[in-house]
Amino acid sequence: AAVPSQVVPGADPSARQLCFAWGPAEVLVCETLFGRRGGSPSRGEGGPGRALLPGALMGCVAGTGEGGPSSSRLFVVRKDQDIYIQTLRKLFNESHGIFIGLQRSEEELAGKSRKAQLVQVSKNYRSVIRACMEDMHQAAISARDPALHGQYSTQVSILSAMELIWNLCEILFVEAAAAGPLLLRLLDWVRLHVCDVDNMVREVLSSENPSKHELFWNVVDVFVLQGRMDEARHLLSKEASANPASVNMYRILDDLMKKMPVPSLGNTQTLTEMELKWQHWHEECQRYLQDGTFASNSHMESICKILLGDEDAILEKKELMTTWYHFLVTRLLYSHPTVKPMELRMDLFLGGESSPEPLDMILMAAFEFEMHQVIKECSIALSNWWFVAHLTDLLDHCKLLQSHNLYFGSNMREFLLLEYASGLFSHHSLWQLGVDYFDHCPEYGRVYLELHIERIPLNTEQKALKVLRICEQRQMHEQVRSICKIMAMKALRNNRLGSALSWSIRAKDAAFATLISDRFLKDYCERGCFSDLDLIDNLGPSMLLSDRLTFLGKYREFHRLYGEKRFAEAAKLLLMLMTAHIAPCSFWMTLLTDALPLLEQKEVIFSAEQTYELMRCLEDLTAGKPEKQKFQDDDVETMKVEMLRLALARNLARVIVKEGTLEGS
Amino acid sequence: AMEDVCAKFVSQKISKTRWRPLPAAALQPPDLFATGSWDNEDNRISIWSVGDLGNGGLNGEYQGEPQLLCDIGHNGDVMDMQFLDQERIVVASSTGTVTVFRHHQNNQTLSASLRWEKAHYHVDQDMSCGGAACTGVICNNPEVVTVGEDGRINLFRADQKDAVRTIDNADSSTLHAVTFLRTTEILTVNSIGQLKIWDLRQQRNEPSQIFSLAGDRVPLHCVDRHPNQQHIVATGGQDGVLSIWDIRQGTMPVSLLNAHEAEMWEVHFHPSNPDHLFTCSEDGSLWHWDTSTDISDKPSFLHQGGRNTTYFSHSTINQSVVSAWLSNDPTKDRMEITNLIPNQTLSVNSLDILGPCLVYGTDAEAIHVNRQLFA
Repeated sequence: AAVPSQVVPGADPSARQLCFAWGPAEVLVCETLFGRRGGSPSRGEGGPGRALLPGALMGCVAGTGEGGPSSSRLFVVRKDQDIYIQTLRKLFNESHGIFIGLQRSEEELAGKSRKAQLVQVSKNYRSVIRACMEDMHQAAISARDPALHGQYSTQVSILSAMELIWNLCEILFVEAAAAGPLLLRLLDWVRLHVCDVDNMVREVLSSENPSKHELFWNVVDVFVLQGRMDEARHLLSKEASANPASVNMYRILDDLMKKMPVPSLGNTQTLTEMELKWQHWHEECQRYLQDGTFASNSHMESICKILLGDEDAILEKKELMTTWYHFLVTRLLYSHPTVKPMELRMDLFLGGESSPEPLDMILMAAFEFEMHQVIKECSIALSNWWFVAHLTDLLDHCKLLQSHNLYFGSNMREFLLLEYASGLFSHHSLWQLGVDYFDHCPEYGRVYLELHIERIPLNTEQKALKVLRICEQRQMHEQVRSICKIMAMKALRNNRLGSALSWSIRAKDAAFATLISDRFLKDYCERGCFSDLDLIDNLGPSMLLSDRLTFLGKYREFHRLYGEKRFAEAAKLLLMLMTAHIAPCSFWMTLLTDALPLLEQKEVIFSAEQTYELMRCLEDLTAGKPEKQKFQDDDVETMKVEMLRLALARNLARVIVKEGTLEGS
Repeated sequence: AMEDVCAKFVSQKISKTRWRPLPAAALQPPDLFATGSWDNEDNRISIWSVGDLGNGGLNGEYQGEPQLLCDIGHNGDVMDMQFLDQERIVVASSTGTVTVFRHHQNNQTLSASLRWEKAHYHVDQDMSCGGAACTGVICNNPEVVTVGEDGRINLFRADQKDAVRTIDNADSSTLHAVTFLRTTEILTVNSIGQLKIWDLRQQRNEPSQIFSLAGDRVPLHCVDRHPNQQHIVATGGQDGVLSIWDIRQGTMPVSLLNAHEAEMWEVHFHPSNPDHLFTCSEDGSLWHWDTSTDISDKPSFLHQGGRNTTYFSHSTINQSVVSAWLSNDPTKDRMEITNLIPNQTLSVNSLDILGPCLVYGTDAEAIHVNRQLFA
């Protein structure tokens, strides 16, 4: 195919070089010999395309053209791979609505109500992620093709990780939970996301006799580790009734679990009160452990140790927690329930031992309140811009991102929104969502929109109208003109002069309206009748757009008057078209010829004065032509002039007689 | 009663939504509708159920959500769509092709049963022929009329491969929509603000009547006729204005009503309760227009949904007509207008209304169903 390409000279020092072309589906990168002399192409080993591109761009090989001698590989490079995942379109569309709502939301709301509003927005984003995850999960279950199943499952885990990170950011940054509630929120967070043990819990609870189940104590431990005290006590009560011998021991543990002080969400107790109660309870647990109350039952003893925040005892249950952040939260619950946000980072270092995964890095950065680091790591790890763009925008609305200036672009929020919206614009259908994102980028949004909107393929008039509406609402006059011109050109190519004219009228494109008017007039001269009368008869005020269009409309009016036998009016109009220089000179001969039948009418139509004017027009026309050209003109033309002269002279004679008679009477 | 609206995101921009017509004398509300998509790499025609089928009653609040029954690929954007009868849907494509799809209800599948390839087309300067978007279709079983960007009008019969009649170059600008006025007459609207009546019995390739907006020739995008009083016609324009025409007299609209801020894509009189009219627009709004006679006596749902309720006095020219849409009696001449979509964003491309049920589709890739419009 002919590739209108930009050559990147010297991109590859060996024989090949790279070229690229922009298209609706992002960039096409291929190897080329364009503009090179000699240098036989060598077959490519690996794609040099990737190395050239900034880190965040995702490459994907679209096809390998091994056929031609000059090119060995083609790459379609996409900015944002996830944009093309069908199931995620729900995420993009629903979150678009939330995003717009947030931009429109009342900044004036102060303090608590503003915070509540922002937390609600954050929750709405998360519920969209979860809904999408649910759909993807269903899709994975019903997918028969194992490759497809794998793809969906991967997406589920990516969405799950996104929600996990978002939720933590919501607790720490958006809500900025204070000491006390902070821990409760973190517990909810752990319960919501550590689902690996849910199956085990379900299995045990649904068994006929849970206390006899081999995993019974595991489930009790899970409940304790997650701070789900009521559920743990409920299970334990079953075991107690089965062991009348140790009923006292059960009662004491149950009592300890019941009495465990919990930070309150409201203002019912102060932090100091809570700490005092905690100290007291802690000492009570310590006493029972030391006096060997639970010595006869290792399970209960270990639970008591957990209640005391014994790190080794908690670590022993590693498999039940599955993640380091579960461990972190559990340890805080039993050792430091009134932890302050800023103290979290101190606790971190006790966490991981092996090399951390990207997800761990992101969560750790969040715990350390390194917001920029979170965003940076997410940008690298995730294959979409959706997450960072929306999260950053939300944090920006929380006034958490001090104008962190980048050495490029404007600020981080805008930079990420621009990236995301550009990705949307590369999609054949999602481009419409991108418009609103650009609208909310004060610095470069407009320029991006201008550049992107011109690349939208306009396959129907309806689509063109939608694009046009976007441009008109934003006073993007240049783009309006260009879209109308494209549509007018298309219509012209399809011989739809009427449509072409209405497009140029919409763009107020006088030059193009003139061009189309000329086509109409040419058609008229060739065929002797007008096409598209329904349009020309209804030009209305738009007739004034171009001189030629005015002439076309007036000239058609002349024909209508003539057709209706309103000769006097027709004659007046015809003359006016020439004397007021509305008609182009090239058309004068046609107009004068049109005057012939009027001159030949039985009754006199042109007055003496009008006849003189007609004569002058004819003489101007013939005198204007150089002598040489005159002779070259064919006989028909000369005959026409002669006929006109004769008709005019006869008319003048008749009118002088008539006017003289009138005067005399 | 916006709480009764149920939304479903469908991962495709919806260009058309249509209720399946009810059998004569049916009492139950409609339970099936069809949608068409646009601007996708693979566009689809889908059939949805809002009945209580297959819900098992496990999840009470789940009941209203539309369930996909079946779908089929469609070549090109779906530009318009009409049910021919209970089983067949006629679909207009941006490729110029018009297809009749059959919905097999026994095994829930869709198939193309008849296709008029390139029913609309352009002949370019090199005399090669390319498809032109078919912008509108209207059915009166077995007759099907289509209009297009090529300014052509086609009359088909649902059982014949060839067009019964074609009017080439019927309009020099784009025809945007078509509807039946009577069995042998149709109404078309075009991109230079004209409303035309065509009598299909006459062999003349000219409209029998032309009506036109004054001043700027604002393009008209949609047209509907009053179900009982055939002389009352409503059209919607590029500027979002609703025009009411009395085609018995004059050549200009009887009234112009401002509502939307951008193109009005569809206008529908309520088929059995024509004091009510519904319009939707590119600006993301959907308006309910109510002319039921007395303000003190209006249906209760208007109070519930009336977030954006305004009273409107319309400027009528005509005084001789009794209909609420045409009257200008100052005591009665009030119209209540309600926006049914509070947080509008992207375009509402299509709506359909049947009995107490409303369905609409948007560029935000969602379909919305309200089954208790008059509750």
